Amino acid sequence: MSALQTLAAVEGNVAAIGYGLAAIGPGVGVGIIFGNGTQALARQPEAAGLIRTNQIMGFAFCEALALIGIVMGFVY
Amino acid sequence: MSADQTLAFDPDCHIFTGCGFPAPGLHTFIYEPIATWGSFELTKPMLLAVLSSVVVVGFFWAAFRKPKLVPGKMQMIGEAGYDFVRRGIVYEIIGKKDGEKYVPFMVSMFFLVWMMNLWSIIPLAQFPVTSLIAFPAALALIVYVLWVSLTFKKHGFVGGWKNIVGWDKSLGPILPLVVVLEFFSNLIIRPFTHAVRLFANMFAGHLLIVMFSLASWYLLNGIGVIYAGTSFVMVLVMTAFELFIQAVQAYVFVLLACSYVQGALSEHH
Repeated sequence: MSALQTLAAVEGNVAAIGYGLAAIGPGVGVGIIFGNGTQALARQPEAAGLIRTNQIMGFAFCEALALIGIVMGFVY
Repeated sequence: MSADQTLAFDPDCHIFTGCGFPAPGLHTFIYEPIATWGSFELTKPMLLAVLSSVVVVGFFWAAFRKPKLVPGKMQMIGEAGYDFVRRGIVYEIIGKKDGEKYVPFMVSMFFLVWMMNLWSIIPLAQFPVTSLIAFPAALALIVYVLWVSLTFKKHGFVGGWKNIVGWDKSLGPILPLVVVLEFFSNLIIRPFTHAVRLFANMFAGHLLIVMFSLASWYLLNGIGVIYAGTSFVMVLVMTAFELFIQAVQAYVFVLLACSYVQGALSEHH
């Protein structure tokens, strides 16, 4: 069976696959944010308050994409 | 999705009895009205929304009704909460001088959103009010009106538009591109993501808890009991996780509100 035929034979909720794809980017992004945030905290513990605030803000921006992915599955 | 689907949960539906899994969906978020006056229908989320403002007002009333120099238990908790938002969010983002004016607003916003989220795991309520888009959208609209009007008040009409579209002469030929992008991202995308972030978090969290709860009941038959146990453990784990997420989302909501206000007050974005 060719790839196209296999794809056409996929049954069930396609939104699940769509969400899996949509989660890749935010997953990488959240990893980078917390990785670099932890590094910054280790290098400069006295700036903890500022770093944590910005870290959470970056996390929120990133995570919004994944969450829009969840919601879109229900919209369409 | 019909109205009768909202109460479609069948307690006799178990695995191996030829009954399909009653998967939660959008219908999980629609409630039958508790009471009706004319065309106005009071539903559980609306009641919880009113209750959350009563709880927040009541708590701060009890804490600060008779403030003492040496604080009592309630005043201690109230002061800690107030100070957390003031020092942890407003001072960090807007700054001490400009920010003091917005502290009461941000404190109310934080505790209202948190309380609305907390209903998700409080027994009998067990429904986050913010998982209905209307509530976060209204809260985001308040913040939107606040920062847009602040921009024009601070910089005047032309300066306000320049602030919103990120006008910077040094950009040269790519300036029109930046103006268009900033216009859309600031005026249209920003309020949308502000509301959807809170909504989607609570929506997804509630859906997960409902799914695992339904699954632990559904699997209670024969060998499925083992799986039901796993599913129930997941209910507990997700409940604990939600407790964390609710606080974080209230924090993020107020943090973003502060950063928008800060952007409106500053010279450059």
